[in-house]
Amino acid sequence: MATSLLTSAYEVTVQIGGLPVVVRSADVDFRTMLEQRYAGFLISDPQGAVEFDVDLVAPRQMSSDEDVRVCREAGRWKIRRGDFSAEYDPASRRGMLSCSANPFAMDSLLRIVHTLWLAEEGGFLVHAASAIRDGRGLLFAGTSGAGKTTMCRLAPREVTLLSDEVSCIRRVGDGYRLFGTPFCGELARSGENTSAPLTAAFLLAHRPENRLVPLAAAEAARALLRNILFFAEDAELVEKVFRSACEFISRVPVLRLEFTPSSPVWEMLP
Amino acid sequence: MSEIYLAPSPAIAARQLGDEMVIMSAAESSLFTLSEVATVIWQAADGRTPLSAIVRLRVCAEFDIAPDQASKDAEEFVMELSSHGILMVSDQPIPAAPPEPR
Repeated sequence: MATSLLTSAYEVTVQIGGLPVVVRSADVDFRTMLEQRYAGFLISDPQGAVEFDVDLVAPRQMSSDEDVRVCREAGRWKIRRGDFSAEYDPASRRGMLSCSANPFAMDSLLRIVHTLWLAEEGGFLVHAASAIRDGRGLLFAGTSGAGKTTMCRLAPREVTLLSDEVSCIRRVGDGYRLFGTPFCGELARSGENTSAPLTAAFLLAHRPENRLVPLAAAEAARALLRNILFFAEDAELVEKVFRSACEFISRVPVLRLEFTPSSPVWEMLP
Repeated sequence: MSEIYLAPSPAIAARQLGDEMVIMSAAESSLFTLSEVATVIWQAADGRTPLSAIVRLRVCAEFDIAPDQASKDAEEFVMELSSHGILMVSDQPIPAAPPEPR
């Protein structure tokens, strides 16, 4: 337990894709909930971390279905959704989160902070399952129902699963690196906290037969952009994400993976 | 009839990907893909060349389209992109935007 000199504070540091985020609150139960939810992604040495102080409020009649709004005002990010609000100053790397003691607000905040951070450095969070096989990172992008969780369920035993829902991609040198995340879909299981060079991206499509179809660059870019998580109403960052997506498809092979939910699909992957 | 001058809006990002020009409107976060003919107009939109000249010298010269039809299609295309804030349109030449301070 870390304790500040002024008030009793409980903190955890969640690190996804190499970005440590310290979450500090006065509620030990909230910390315990975070420790359980992000087990496997906790670190004890938060060097260079983004820090959030959490103000826990009573649950109100708020809806987590309300669209999130993220906009920049006087250099600070203002984040609003039905069930939480937050502010974040990228210069000082400090922020405040006001939410009830539920895990969904924290999940949402972590995703937003990562999209802002990754956008600045040429990476992104993607609606995609991801996995490592033989040291190579494979990405399986698609909207709900496209088959992300199915691909994970069909994965051979030797495959390391990084996520069945939201994957983290970072630009590293001339290529990209794929990182595990705790963000899970129907599999209801956190990904492994590890990473690998990203060697191929697949856009999932249910079809009667299994086959790989090369995509033209423009089609690949459109499909990738449809699956990138991005929330900020900020023209400068939107443009960066667009350029990053174009850069990505010029460096990583992108194919459409047409498949029927049957186990041989992994056998045809490069 | 007055001339139409056109230039890309500063609030967009564009990239030629293979045979297609893909444009993102940063303000709307929306994506547009231009046809081959539209790409020629887009690339010629320098703020100084009127649309009529672009149609005559580029579109009709490079594609098998009748001049009247080419003009009508070009004006529709320009107005649509303008309505999305992707193209700036004026009846006067559009000065080039000054370079952003570094």
